[in-house]
Amino acid sequence: MSLTQEVRFQAKPPATAARRSGVIAWTEFDNPAAWVVAVLLLIMPLIANGFFLIEIFGTTLILGTISLSLMFLAGYGGMVSLMQLTIAGFAGYMVAVFGVSGSANISLGWPWWLATPMALALATAFGTLGGALAVRTEGIYTIMITLAIGAAFYYFTNQNWAIFNGHTGINTIATPHFWAVDWRSDIPFYYVILATAALCYFAVLYVSRAPFGLALQGVRDNPRRMAALGFNVNAHRVSAYALASFVAGLGGVLQVWNYRQISPGSIAVERCIDILIIAVVGGISRPVGPFIGAFIFVILRTFALDFLVKLGLDGNRFRLLIGIGFLVIVFWSSDGVIGLWERWRRNVAAAEGRSRGDRGHG
Amino acid sequence: MAGDAGEDKDGDGANGRQLQGMRSSSGSPPDEPVAGVSRFVERHPAWALIALIAVAVLLWLIFAVWPPGVEDAIGRKKVFLNAVFNGVTLGGLYFLVASGFTLIFGLMRNVNLAHGSLYLFGGYVGYAVSSWTGSWVLSFIIAFVIVALIGIILQLVVFRRMEGQDLRQTMVTIGLSIVFADLMLWAFGGDFYQIQTPHWLIGPIELPFVTAVKSSGEAVYLQYPLVRLVIFAASVVIGVVMWLALNRTRVGMMVRAGVDDRDILAATGVYIQIVFVIVFALGAGLAGIAGVVGGTFQSISPGEDTRFLLASLVVVIVGGMGSIPGAALGALIIGLAEQLGSVYIPTYAIVVTFLIMVLVLALRPQGLLARR
Repeated sequence: MSLTQEVRFQAKPPATAARRSGVIAWTEFDNPAAWVVAVLLLIMPLIANGFFLIEIFGTTLILGTISLSLMFLAGYGGMVSLMQLTIAGFAGYMVAVFGVSGSANISLGWPWWLATPMALALATAFGTLGGALAVRTEGIYTIMITLAIGAAFYYFTNQNWAIFNGHTGINTIATPHFWAVDWRSDIPFYYVILATAALCYFAVLYVSRAPFGLALQGVRDNPRRMAALGFNVNAHRVSAYALASFVAGLGGVLQVWNYRQISPGSIAVERCIDILIIAVVGGISRPVGPFIGAFIFVILRTFALDFLVKLGLDGNRFRLLIGIGFLVIVFWSSDGVIGLWERWRRNVAAAEGRSRGDRGHG
Repeated sequence: MAGDAGEDKDGDGANGRQLQGMRSSSGSPPDEPVAGVSRFVERHPAWALIALIAVAVLLWLIFAVWPPGVEDAIGRKKVFLNAVFNGVTLGGLYFLVASGFTLIFGLMRNVNLAHGSLYLFGGYVGYAVSSWTGSWVLSFIIAFVIVALIGIILQLVVFRRMEGQDLRQTMVTIGLSIVFADLMLWAFGGDFYQIQTPHWLIGPIELPFVTAVKSSGEAVYLQYPLVRLVIFAASVVIGVVMWLALNRTRVGMMVRAGVDDRDILAATGVYIQIVFVIVFALGAGLAGIAGVVGGTFQSISPGEDTRFLLASLVVVIVGGMGSIPGAALGALIIGLAEQLGSVYIPTYAIVVTFLIMVLVLALRPQGLLARR
């Protein structure tokens, strides 16, 4: 629990200040850098070519959305769930099973506008059930139980051929095609991803300030007190899982449209842990953290090989680099890159204040 | 707290337990199996009856000569007996891995998700030693010592710096497991290694379990690999020794006290860091031994670390966190479920294991033999 606790202490000053000033704390909004990033993301197709657009920015936003669901649970609910990728993968599998794919004996061939909501609904139900199981325990137990759920689903998909097609998975999954637009071609797909990610981002931001989100944060800080005040602690936690599952499910649908295939390899335990790494490296105190973490992760994953080879090292050691980077972040900052950034800014401000003070005295 | 502990010391465990709710004190004899069983029977007569019937059916299936009706229904007895033995011996291996995991968790609240890496590393060390010196027994000793040393280094260098921050420790162990996995992949490659079984343990042994009766009236006995039985016996011995060490020695007393309330233990003047280091070394060393066992039983390769980490997770969730008897019971249940499942419902073997976990979580979230 202590990680989230520390995070909370660090995050408190700006939040309370904003609340006191009567503005809803959309802190990122009064930040010019946020506007620059938003505009950049909107005009990205003009700048980047197809590879960068989808492989870097699209993947970043998809992974960011999935880890956003983990950030929501961990940051606001104090529940570190390692099954978010499993839920996303479940949604992806359901898209493949209900929709159209190369495995005609498995896929039911529904049109996308029917298959996708079905997949989202089932993924939400799956995640909520898993959450209902996980909230029976607390703190670090949650990690273990959600990890066990993720692993069980991974092994299950590996062994089940009737629905999940075993370890080969399901290939050539159809993507939406309507209004004479192929929504999987680079530029439309980028905007679909961007819109979904933005929707999830603002939804999480909004919920965190809504009564439900505030109560959830109360549950995170002191469940017994919230129970004594008449809040149903478990209901809040399970609802948080439901919302997070929906967000993760959206990410999963995008992911399956992106790769057009899904197999047990894409929901393996290491992948589940990657989502945690992304969220922790980015920072789990604010919804923007997972996207920063995802960007770092995708850049590393894409370019670490070339970079290591250029340094004369073995390019296969990419996971070593990720692991060490993760360790360093966890060691030095309890709130990922955001935490480092804020600490640096505070130090600069303190130094400025000191120098100003010196001048004043002198 | 103090009053309750005093009450418990007089042997009135159940009463003090009820007063304190979930949290029991170190004074009570919690791991005393007989007292635990009788209390369980008193409290849940229905569950005790169900458990009794299940055990009786299992024993009958193992010892009796199967009438033809049963053989028609679930196949040959030899298959069943083999599955049971495989399950029990696999349970022994799971116990070795999970007991270290649960011990470390119980005392330090540290979910060591790098435990699987320690297991795998022990396997590699054991393979290197046994192929170098040709001695199987030596590989156990060296694997224990080296992996225990790694555990000591981890505790002193890493976990001591973030004491009491359990979530952060868990994150660090995740990072460590990634780094270790990649380092081991680097050093040993993606090949499968199998540790050579010593020649005096090779070959099957006849056990006094009748698998079938020939038409001539002659009984056919079960043939089973000796090495698995020896390893199982060894893990039982290790389990019993560990239980005795925890319940009958001074250090064990400190460990148990630390599990219940480490702040009070530290306040009474015990240098708790030493206890932590000992427990971490023991837990890691057990994982190393288990690695050698796993390398002999099955094989070692990248990915086994995750597999055994998950197995020990499920085992301790089922058995109860921080409880050695719980780890033994959980390991037995999971090992049996896995092997029987893979024989009788091969497609869904893993789901059976998972269902057991879900069932335990739904009925008794703290685990079968947990105390809190």
